[in-house]
Amino acid sequence: MSGTALLQASGVSKRFGGVTAVDTVDFSLAEGELRCLIGPNGAGKSTFFKLLTGQLAPSTGTIKFRGHDVTHAKTHEIARLGVGIKTQIPNVFNGLIVRENLYVSAIRINKPARARAIVDEVLARLALTDIADRLVGVLAHGQRQWVEIGAVLAQEPDLILLDEPAAGMTHEEVARTAQLIREINRTKALIVVEHDMQFIRMIAKQVTVFNQGRILVEDNVEHVLANQAVRDVYLGKRAA
Amino acid sequence: MSPLFTGRAGFALVIAAGVIVTIALPLIDGMFGLVQATVFIAMAVLALSLGFIWGFGGIMCFGQSAFFGLGGYAYAIAAIDFGGSSWAVLLAIAVPAAFAAMLGYFMFYGRISDAYMGVITLTVAVILYNVMNSTSGSQYHIGAAELGGFNGMPSVPPINLPGDPSAALSPLQFFILSMILLMAVYTGLRLLLASRFGRVLVAIRENETRAMLLGYDPRFYKLVAFAIGGGIAGLSGCLFTNWGGFISPTAFSLAQSAQIIIFVLLGGIGTLLGPIMGAVAIEYLITLTGTQHRFDANLILGVILLGFVLLVPQGVVPAIAAQLARVIPARRRAGASSQTVTAP
Amino acid sequence: MALLGLILFNIINGIAVLVLISIGLAVIYGMMRIINLAHGEFLMLGAYATVLSTNAGVNLWVSILIVSPIVVGLFGLLVERCIIRFLYGRLIDTMLATWGLSLFMIGGITTLFGTTVEGVSAPLGAFNIGPYHASLYSVFSIAVAAAMLGGVWSVLRFTKFGLIVRATMQNPPMAAALGVAPNRIYMLTFALGAALTGLAGGVLAPVAGVAPGMGAAYIAKAFITVIGGGAAIVTGSGLASALFGTIDQIVTFQTTPVIGQVALLIAAIIMIRILPQGITGRFFRRSL
Ligand SMILES: Nc1ncnc2c1ncn2[C@@H]1O[C@H](COP(=O)(O)OP(=O)(O)O)[C@@H](O)[C@H]1O
Ligand SMILES: [Mg+2]
Repeated sequence: MSGTALLQASGVSKRFGGVTAVDTVDFSLAEGELRCLIGPNGAGKSTFFKLLTGQLAPSTGTIKFRGHDVTHAKTHEIARLGVGIKTQIPNVFNGLIVRENLYVSAIRINKPARARAIVDEVLARLALTDIADRLVGVLAHGQRQWVEIGAVLAQEPDLILLDEPAAGMTHEEVARTAQLIREINRTKALIVVEHDMQFIRMIAKQVTVFNQGRILVEDNVEHVLANQAVRDVYLGKRAA
Repeated sequence: MSPLFTGRAGFALVIAAGVIVTIALPLIDGMFGLVQATVFIAMAVLALSLGFIWGFGGIMCFGQSAFFGLGGYAYAIAAIDFGGSSWAVLLAIAVPAAFAAMLGYFMFYGRISDAYMGVITLTVAVILYNVMNSTSGSQYHIGAAELGGFNGMPSVPPINLPGDPSAALSPLQFFILSMILLMAVYTGLRLLLASRFGRVLVAIRENETRAMLLGYDPRFYKLVAFAIGGGIAGLSGCLFTNWGGFISPTAFSLAQSAQIIIFVLLGGIGTLLGPIMGAVAIEYLITLTGTQHRFDANLILGVILLGFVLLVPQGVVPAIAAQLARVIPARRRAGASSQTVTAP
Repeated sequence: MALLGLILFNIINGIAVLVLISIGLAVIYGMMRIINLAHGEFLMLGAYATVLSTNAGVNLWVSILIVSPIVVGLFGLLVERCIIRFLYGRLIDTMLATWGLSLFMIGGITTLFGTTVEGVSAPLGAFNIGPYHASLYSVFSIAVAAAMLGGVWSVLRFTKFGLIVRATMQNPPMAAALGVAPNRIYMLTFALGAALTGLAGGVLAPVAGVAPGMGAAYIAKAFITVIGGGAAIVTGSGLASALFGTIDQIVTFQTTPVIGQVALLIAAIIMIRILPQGITGRFFRRSL
């Protein structure tokens, strides 16, 4: 398993003072895999993503990406290895137009002409072409999420982390996002944090459930949704 | 953000205006006015240096006068020691740029907050001021150049034609050279902002976390921008020293640093043309009141800075731009700004 | 041996001066997260208050210990009401506004009293450390510095005002919910910081060159001390003063005061690379 894993987290914990947000998590993702991460609010999902992207340093444990130890690597170094993330609270360049947001992302490893081509491609793919020249700061929350996803795609990473990508989207947008995720997964590995069970059913094969910083279950989607422990901590409140 | 001055047409307009000033001013103004205008230009270059790092790099530098003064002293010392001016001009840019790079390394790689950065840069300028003030006496010299303490260094050799130390520039020639350098710095910064480096720099200003998540190291970009700003401020110090043939610790003073901040605030943060205008306006105002001798210049600068922060926090040029933005159709605006990083 | 004693005395004196010139700044920064760039001019105002009132016939000790802190404290109150309170939560704007204030004060004092003023001379004379003379007035300023540190600590630790201040610092909305008006607390805190600075200015008046621009001689050291100390007011400025005062005096003894100041700056810059939050950002976090 560890020999072929794209991402391997072993015994990873993160403590904030007295709170243990992530508690000795062992997590492994294969090349090309699509994984859903679910769990109640405060379960530690976003914190786990921050550990994976170097925005926070783990208190204990190690994280490896394609065999490189990235436990204490800087955020930009991890990004350069090919990890892209859409954060839960949108991180976009508000003072730049949509096109520039994507261009800054694409230009890091590409020549200008190629970068422009990538930008046009991503704009078309995410149906952002009409608003390509608008300032991101004035866009609605949902649109800014799309811009952020666009920036991540233009970065052309090998692993994409999406933290609640469907939050605040309309029904139709959620379906489009699910479609997009399946499309992306043809060439790239993804980890998606989501609450919406409809959405999970649309995209997931394998699901990892977080609860109070620990992994509660890890199984395929049917088993997880049928699991009583999962229903107790999480689904009981939401799904009928 | 102003639509009028962005894009190629806007750039051509600004440069055309610069050329007209270069040609017309010597014709309509007397020698006194021309010499006066030259110091305005030196200040405009200084304003550009801060306008660039603050407006586009988001770097809070409260001690830009440190680099201005270092440039001035580096020129003076080198011009006295080497005889000619070519090396002196280069050193006036290189020494402050290197100093900024060194200081920037500690600040950016230490990840200190904006407020701390403001305080540290200000402190550096104050300490340079105190140090230069205490260099009275002949034991303080570099080569043949005596530093002169609070009296400063008088009779600094002026810029000469390259390779011929005896051919000093006339006031008219020096005015034209200053204008050319101002336009060159402006053009260079526009090109830089339109390049990959400039776009990433502005992106970092907008959201440092996102930039890191895309694989950019903000510390490095800020360091380079800060060093470039230091070099430009040094060039301004060189022009200033040439203008009066004189440099003193006042160049490092807090009032000098405050002036630079006011140039940029008044002209508008996030623009290049704004700080130039701000510098000219403030210098003109100080010249006017300076002839009155009733108030201390500090009093006026203080009132402007205070009033500005309390009343118009976003700057005059953006305020005007916001007015224009309402008049000019939205579609055209969008089209114009997509062509370039908005750098009027 | 006597030389060692003299050096030690100078080090303690250097530390005391750092405490004097930084404690008011530290109070305002620590409690309100406001960096007062007019701090040097508050010192200057305190010095002027002592010099002018002494020249007008008031007893020197009364001028230093009572007139200066009251004058500058009231001035601070005025500044808080007219400027600072409009800028809460806007740190950079506050810095720019107080910078404007600093220039305004320099310009104002220059316009009113010219560029020089007749000073007062240091009282008390000297005492001997072996063959060396040391100033008794320095002993007085060391005592004032120690009293200031102890006083601020006691106020924070033991008084109701101190309790409210600590609560407000940690959580302004909650303090407001408890019926404490944060606005009033901020106002009083700023006035207190200003008064301490005024007292320091008064203490410095007999030994400093009193002039409109005299603040520049002190603010660099004051800023370095406060930034180096970090958020805890008493522990932070105490420890930072001890560290930087020692460095300053030792280097000054070996070379000149100006090189001492450069050494201070270099030490401070290296420290922000290692401890960006200051000494108390890393150690002694729960201290006052
Ligand atoms: N920077 C932080 N400081 C202190 N506690 C934090 C911080 N970030 C997250 N936490 C805590 O860690 C826990 C997990 O939070 P988070 O990772 O955001 O959960 P999720 O994304 O699963 O909703 C929560 O209890 C939260 O309050
Ligand atoms: Mg979350």
